[in-house]
Amino acid sequence: MTSGIASPMRKGAEGSGSGMAGKIGYALLYIVLIAVAVLQLFPLVWLLFFSLKNNQEVFDLPPLSLPMNPRWENYGKVWSAGNIDVYFVNSVWITIAATALTVIIASLVTFAITRMKWKGSSFVLGLFMVAMMIPVHSTLIPLFSMFNKANLIDNPISLILTYVAFNMPITIMILLGFYYALPKEVEEASVIDGCSVNRMFFRIVLPMTSSVLATTAIINIIYNWNEFIFVNTFISSDEFKTLTVGVQNFIGQYTTDWGAIGATLMISILPILLAFLFLSDRIVEGIAAGSVKG
Amino acid sequence: MNKVMSNKKIIALYVLPALLLILAVVYIPIILTGYYGLTKWNGIGSPDYIGFDNYAALLKDTAFWNSAWHSLLLALFSGLSLILYLAIAMVLASKIKGANLFRKIYLIPMLLSSVAIAQLWLRIYHPTNGILNSLLESIGFDNPPAWLAEPKLVLFALFIPILWQYAGFYILIYYAALKNIPASLEEAAKIDGANALQIAWKIKLPLAMEVIKVTIVLAVVGSLKYFDLIYVMTNGGPNGASEVMASYMYSEAFKSYDFGYGSAVGFFLLVFCLVATWLIRKLTATKDTIQYS
Repeated sequence: MTSGIASPMRKGAEGSGSGMAGKIGYALLYIVLIAVAVLQLFPLVWLLFFSLKNNQEVFDLPPLSLPMNPRWENYGKVWSAGNIDVYFVNSVWITIAATALTVIIASLVTFAITRMKWKGSSFVLGLFMVAMMIPVHSTLIPLFSMFNKANLIDNPISLILTYVAFNMPITIMILLGFYYALPKEVEEASVIDGCSVNRMFFRIVLPMTSSVLATTAIINIIYNWNEFIFVNTFISSDEFKTLTVGVQNFIGQYTTDWGAIGATLMISILPILLAFLFLSDRIVEGIAAGSVKG
Repeated sequence: MNKVMSNKKIIALYVLPALLLILAVVYIPIILTGYYGLTKWNGIGSPDYIGFDNYAALLKDTAFWNSAWHSLLLALFSGLSLILYLAIAMVLASKIKGANLFRKIYLIPMLLSSVAIAQLWLRIYHPTNGILNSLLESIGFDNPPAWLAEPKLVLFALFIPILWQYAGFYILIYYAALKNIPASLEEAAKIDGANALQIAWKIKLPLAMEVIKVTIVLAVVGSLKYFDLIYVMTNGGPNGASEVMASYMYSEAFKSYDFGYGSAVGFFLLVFCLVATWLIRKLTATKDTIQYS
């Protein structure tokens, strides 16, 4: 503690003998990390650039040239003419509906499994955990036929039901640890006060879990927003398509207009990027907690 | 207290919505996939039971085994890429300032939809206007390949965006595991004269082993079911050179309207995933697990 220089030097040395070699090693580590960061961001920066150019600028100028007069009209054009506004609204409401349902239903069952006493609770928990290993593709054909029979093909309800079911296990998994850790006194006090289970759950337990609920909600939002195969299989009319499939169809029709394609892609990823900007800690926490879903 | 907390009506009310949903949307379809695999069915009429004909045909179907081989190759690549991710996480966990910011930046691609990533990388690989070939030409490579149109290159070209997409995810998991290792162990090893490499190899790696095993299962099983990215970028082409199990199933069912055969492929996919999970767990099982402290 006597010398101000000694401690950072030792930190950098990382076990190697001399301070100078340690410093160079430390700098090398930084260069590696920065290089990885550049690789991760570079394609997205390029996407932003060409979303603001017209074809002539994309083809004739160097790929990394800044869009000198940014063509924001690309965004306006695809928003209304490309049906992107409809897809966007569908993505928003389907994502919110499925997320809200998942979080509430998962909370109910997690409460019953962790806090209430009944036979078969560990078996039911096992069912949810095993469901995580099942590939969605292996359920696709029967789901299609079931929804077809129930007249739910080309109906957003089919999407919401599948999203809720397939995100249920991961949501329960993130909630579990939190529910196990709730102090026993919570129930004891409320039972003594003559509180019903419903009241206890909705008035006391649910508010206590609000922070982990926010984490599960944001993870659900990301998965639902990005879902592709169910929309692609169950939904055929434009009025119900979400952004993933809508973007895919739009780009299929306008393969040559790079600015329009870039703008469409930017619109589809922007909400997630914005959410990440403000909620990155929660997202990191949620992904680490629910790392079973790859 | 116990009486209140074991009220059967309440328990049923709380459990049934989730339970019925998971049974109806996950478990019943899985059983039906097994059954439909035994039928001839175009998806519209009623399925005709034909016994194991689909599976017999599947065993002789070179297109299917090609797709299974491609899935296995991707699984192998993904497994190997974990070494790279682990190395980066080790660097990140070695008292780096701004480590938190780095791991957040790395995570960004993982949050985006596979469709958006696929469309973006289609532009990156574009033969004439894509940034990859523009850069290659500018540093003197004439006639760079059309990456996604070359049967020999396409699978590798598809793996790059996958590598890019999942990097942040695995680095995040490894970073958390490495940060969990008590600093006292590292200090003790340093006092005993161990260098950074020895500490990484002899102390950090064994202590992170449990997490590494989980990630191997995740990476391998995850790649066995790759679909979105490949479906959008190449749709299995050129000429089946990038067909994987899930995309083969999808095209058999929803393009050729052979739902019975598609179901057989879907059932195989499920079996592959379960067997892979079991096999990796078995191969990586250790008798004594190491305690942290």
